[in-house]
Amino acid sequence: MSTRLPNAGRLIDASKQIEFSFNGKRLKGYEGDTLASALLANDQMLVGRSFKYHRPRGIVASGAEEPNALMNMGEGGQFEPNQRATTTELFDGLAAKSQNHWPSLDFDVGAINTHLARFLPAGFYYKMFIHPRPFWKHVYEPIIRKSAGLGRAPKDRDQDRYEHFYTFVDVLVVGGGVAGLQAALAAGQSGANVLLIEQTADWGGRAQVDGGEVDGKPVADWIASTLKALDDLPNVTRRDRLMGAGVYDHGYALGYERVNDHTPSNAGPRHRLWRIRAKQIVTATGAIERPLSFAGNDIPGVMLASAVRDYAVNFGVSVGDRTVVVTNNDDAYLTAIAMKNAGLDVPAILDARASANGDLVQQAIDMGIRLEFGRAIAAVKGGKRVTGVKVCAQIGEGAVLSEIDCEVVAMSGGWSPVVHLWSHCGGKLNWDVEQQMFRPDATRPPTSHDGEAMVTVAGIANGYLDLNNVLQDADQAGKNAAKAAGSKPKTAKAPTASEATISPMEPVWLMPQGAPIKKRMKAWLDFQNDVKVSDVQLAAQEGYESVEHTKRYTTLGMATDQGKLSNINGLAVLSKALNADIPQVGTTTFRPPYTPISMGAIAGEARGKVFQPLRRTPIHDWNMANGADPEPVGQWHRPFAYVEQGETVHEAVNREVLNTRQNLGLLDASTLGKIIVKGPDAGKFLDMMYTNMMSSLKPGKCRYGLVCTENGFLMDDGVVARIDDDTYLCHTTTGGADRIHAHMEEWLQTEWWDWKVYTANVTEQFAQIAVVGPNARKVLEKLGGMDVSKEALPFMTWADGIIGGFDCRAYRISFSGELSYEIAVPASQGQAFWDALIEAGQEFGVMPYGTETLHILRAEKGFIMIGDESDGTVIPQDLNLQWAISKKKEDFLGKRAQLRSHMADPDRWKLVGLETLDGSVLPDGAYVVADGTNANGQRNMIGRVTSTYYSATLDRGIAMGLVLHGPDRMGEVLDIPKTDGTIIKTRIVDPVIYDKDGEKQNV
Amino acid sequence: MLILDCPYCGTSADETELSPGGEAHIKRYGPGSSDTDFEGYLFGRENPKGVHFERWRHANGCGKWFHAARCTMTLEVFGTYAAQTFEPPQEIKDKISAKRPGWSWRDFS
Repeated sequence: MSTRLPNAGRLIDASKQIEFSFNGKRLKGYEGDTLASALLANDQMLVGRSFKYHRPRGIVASGAEEPNALMNMGEGGQFEPNQRATTTELFDGLAAKSQNHWPSLDFDVGAINTHLARFLPAGFYYKMFIHPRPFWKHVYEPIIRKSAGLGRAPKDRDQDRYEHFYTFVDVLVVGGGVAGLQAALAAGQSGANVLLIEQTADWGGRAQVDGGEVDGKPVADWIASTLKALDDLPNVTRRDRLMGAGVYDHGYALGYERVNDHTPSNAGPRHRLWRIRAKQIVTATGAIERPLSFAGNDIPGVMLASAVRDYAVNFGVSVGDRTVVVTNNDDAYLTAIAMKNAGLDVPAILDARASANGDLVQQAIDMGIRLEFGRAIAAVKGGKRVTGVKVCAQIGEGAVLSEIDCEVVAMSGGWSPVVHLWSHCGGKLNWDVEQQMFRPDATRPPTSHDGEAMVTVAGIANGYLDLNNVLQDADQAGKNAAKAAGSKPKTAKAPTASEATISPMEPVWLMPQGAPIKKRMKAWLDFQNDVKVSDVQLAAQEGYESVEHTKRYTTLGMATDQGKLSNINGLAVLSKALNADIPQVGTTTFRPPYTPISMGAIAGEARGKVFQPLRRTPIHDWNMANGADPEPVGQWHRPFAYVEQGETVHEAVNREVLNTRQNLGLLDASTLGKIIVKGPDAGKFLDMMYTNMMSSLKPGKCRYGLVCTENGFLMDDGVVARIDDDTYLCHTTTGGADRIHAHMEEWLQTEWWDWKVYTANVTEQFAQIAVVGPNARKVLEKLGGMDVSKEALPFMTWADGIIGGFDCRAYRISFSGELSYEIAVPASQGQAFWDALIEAGQEFGVMPYGTETLHILRAEKGFIMIGDESDGTVIPQDLNLQWAISKKKEDFLGKRAQLRSHMADPDRWKLVGLETLDGSVLPDGAYVVADGTNANGQRNMIGRVTSTYYSATLDRGIAMGLVLHGPDRMGEVLDIPKTDGTIIKTRIVDPVIYDKDGEKQNV
Repeated sequence: MLILDCPYCGTSADETELSPGGEAHIKRYGPGSSDTDFEGYLFGRENPKGVHFERWRHANGCGKWFHAARCTMTLEVFGTYAAQTFEPPQEIKDKISAKRPGWSWRDFS
């Protein structure tokens, strides 16, 4: 039974009791508890089920490395799965639920898998579910999907707020243990701008639990005085609950701050993502204890030795009355000593080594603890809770020598430095044979923009396990980082700690070393993903020699803890199975983030309305207030249609189409790109940009032009107006304004930089309103001002003037086939001018129209739309636009490409009009099919629909499409299948189906 | 995330301010060129492990294009320079030679 000790731990405030719930059960804890310590204090050892076999799982660790205690946390809009109980600070009202079991944690149907374990080895899924083929989609996948996954996916919208925070520092120190504090102090005293971050709320790291003396005083005193010294330095910033998540190129680092996880009712963001630029980074990230591999090491109650003493010292929690310690190193003796000091029983220390004589060993002997050398655990007894261990010799095959009753097994297989941040950006590792660990190789560091090292590792993370070496190493790391960042470190000496005698550890990768298969099948490496020693050995046997392949085949280290406990042990087993050295086998790649960070923190404030900026035309607010059904176009919201009360969107579109054809329509065309191109070489430049000749355009005239990429493909189109000898105004599509402006600048800056041309994107400087329909001229004449007659302002010309008192530029251009003026006024006058047109237009039947009507009107006229008729693979010749491609010009962008054999191929699909025999509307994107099949056995395709609408003008469906030899096949009837398999018979017609001679626009 | 110094406005620009533009110093082939030359111009690109010359635009800044000489392996930046040139400045080539003796890239070394 696990319980609270009479002496509360150092982090607990026993005067402040708080309530929380686990699987609906109301429980009590104290302020300062983690969820894990509070659960243990309530004798809740069983906290979840493993991924594959649904084995009972208990808490193993006390920190970020915890693989088992993953919870569904919170409710509704604050629900989040897979939260580690060991890093969740307890708060009043916390609601946690365990995961991956059905119907309940105690009785789980999926646990049947554990009895099938023999039949579910590594790679089982790959081997089993491949045949018969159709079974995968219809049988296997649905079942596997149902039983896969740990936590539930959140259903509600996340109700919390998140933010990003940017900072620039000389030295970033990651880790607030003894090494981090000393490194930050050494760097801070040089005057460098230092940021020190710690992932927990507790400073001092393991030293707070494991003790020691610094400069003759208890290490806790040194920690307190160093924190004070750091806070007195104005150039040092110290933040807790802030994890160093990742190190990236050129000194970029991400920090993950859990601002309000422990105080969810507080105002402010829940998480904050720190985007840090540091000249130098010191990682003082400590080490993680390794489990030992023995049969039954996954039974709840088997824990890391360091975690067992953490719960006792920090939280005053006894995991059980009797703790058996099993180890291959001196450090685990600290747990035995701590248990004894807490008044608990330690029936035995099982030390796999033949002998040891370090200070801690001596201390344990002096305390009268039973010590057995050369011993191992043959098996752990118990099901949902440890009840005892069977002891054997480490060198044998597991013959049981004795049995010991106990509730806790505290295991230690040595320590692995946390080298993640060092490795994220390319830092290399060496295998330290003596300490059996990967250590950072300072001669092969991650480098920055100048080719110099940007990361230094300090303390235990650097492979120094004793306190004095940690302090010396961290002091040097802090000084070196400050120096590299441009500051002058002080010559002050580092504090010293008493040096202890430590007996060497011994590698133990399997317990006992000759364990037979039955034991190896129960010796867990990865507790969350259920990977055992036997699985890794099987992978090696089946030829998976690369550690990266073995990882993916067995799923070792692929769980949410990313192998923090399992990787080194798995690697050692693999290297043994391959008969290779550990460094030869190598490690898998360390990738950020160090532990999972929330999607909310990554998104920050970029969600909902501020996900991306909204661009508004001067008439935007009027549009939205007058029934506009908003359609996102680029970053604009354009009215799809103006829907009136009592009508559907479709009815609104039909009304707008008919009214514009018969009376008067207004279109907010302000979003169309407007780029001024100016300079003595402007004409020459536009001749390169456009397929047609722009240098010959006379001032006062307009010309429709096409823009192609250098690959020959159609990129954009629009009307170019020549303003004066040196100046053009180029209209682009709405979505193309920024792209075409950038395209022009690219060529001007990087190819023809000696040409005297300047460009300016003035899209937002003007409101532009299309006045369209038979009554267009009448309304302008009623407003009064400049002469807009056919004679004064003929089709495809423009003029400056005044209309209704507004300074304007009127273009006689038409994208609808009607009499049409596009009138630009300064943006500030846009709404007023629009209001004037609406008012004056009343007697002429004025109605605003939206983008859908714009599309239908242009389609009735056979005008192409960029993005419908073009898709990045279409050239102007495909669209019968040869008339807009100059034959006189020597060169323009795309000219050479359009001569390539594939571009000149007569079998390219070409634009035609499509008319359904039954008048129905074709589905968008539908294909035209022909008899027979292609080489892949698919139905032959000879074309596709590019634009399709219901035309209220003609009361039937209209469409355009690209069809093989289309223009030569006028009148032929094609088959166009719908997704339900039925065929729509469709005739090839001229794409221009309304006012073929252009009589309506040219009046 | 890279930092490149914009040679026009002098800003040390974060990668989020920049947009990449592929390989630098590409010679344009237009009408009249052979199919081989034109294909090389459109599609032939270096993919070195080491010294490389690239085009970047300070898109969310001054808007200017510039060139960067950097190492694709270590991301070390040897220098940035104006785009209006046919070859890297001697000073940058010298710097690369000091750090990567014997380097070569297309016609430069």
